[in-house]
Amino acid sequence: MSDGSEFDPEELMAGFRRSSDGVTARFARPEAAIIRDLVAQVVELVEPPADSSTLSAPSVLTEADELAAMVGMTDSSLDDAELPDDPVLARLLPDAYKDDPDAANEFRRFTESGLRSAKVQCAQTLLATLPAGGGKIRLSSDQAEAWLRSLNDVRLALGVRLGVTDDFDALDDGVEPEDPRYAYVQVYQWLAFIQGSLVAALS
Amino acid sequence: MSVAPVELSRPETDEQAAVDQPWLTIVWNDPVNLMDYVTYVFQRVFGYAKPKAEKLMLDVHHKGRAVVAAGAREAMERNAETLHGYGLWATVGHDA
Repeated sequence: MSDGSEFDPEELMAGFRRSSDGVTARFARPEAAIIRDLVAQVVELVEPPADSSTLSAPSVLTEADELAAMVGMTDSSLDDAELPDDPVLARLLPDAYKDDPDAANEFRRFTESGLRSAKVQCAQTLLATLPAGGGKIRLSSDQAEAWLRSLNDVRLALGVRLGVTDDFDALDDGVEPEDPRYAYVQVYQWLAFIQGSLVAALS
Repeated sequence: MSVAPVELSRPETDEQAAVDQPWLTIVWNDPVNLMDYVTYVFQRVFGYAKPKAEKLMLDVHHKGRAVVAAGAREAMERNAETLHGYGLWATVGHDA
């Protein structure tokens, strides 16, 4: 065991543990930096476009706009209720109907904005509870749930970008250390370990 | 992957069929989501006991998909929305 004063693989692999009042984990500074950076990238990706925010210009809102905003239908979601072109976004905001584009788009019109906000909220909870300098953190069950969902979004995003398939070993074996994807494959596996330890600590 | 439904020998209008057939929430396999996480989500979202959640997770994993709930269309859409929040790939439909 390590007191955390030095880089120690054992400490790095400790993951989350259940404690009397939640779950705890210790992150080294570079670990915290990697997670925060990836989570921030997901936020940037799923955050609704700024021009769709009805809060920025309340004076020009019509009643219809307000109603639409209340039910999660912003201008942009009305105009653009189709499966996103970006494969990562398409995975994070998938169609809810498989062979019925009309039904899928209709569903998206009513739900996508809320889904984006929920993902951003989970990410913000993670960012608020993981200090940039790392250290020992303690999460309530609600915070832990947000972490699970946010870590999963990051893994989904990395999985799409890396082209992860059911045969992960093929990717792992095929990517050499000089390959730019190499570091991300390691991070992807490391995040799976962290997420898995968090599921175990909550179960 | 969708399997064509078996033709009914008794003719039915589409409307009747739609009334008779419950809507389903279907979860599809994907290579990223952790098995334990998917089990956790089924327990959390549907309140299923761990053995049932685990069985559904294994169905998704081995068969490529599983019906995780059946009922009114609105309820199945809410399920899909919730499951998308957890990053699971869920759809609504009549046949799995």
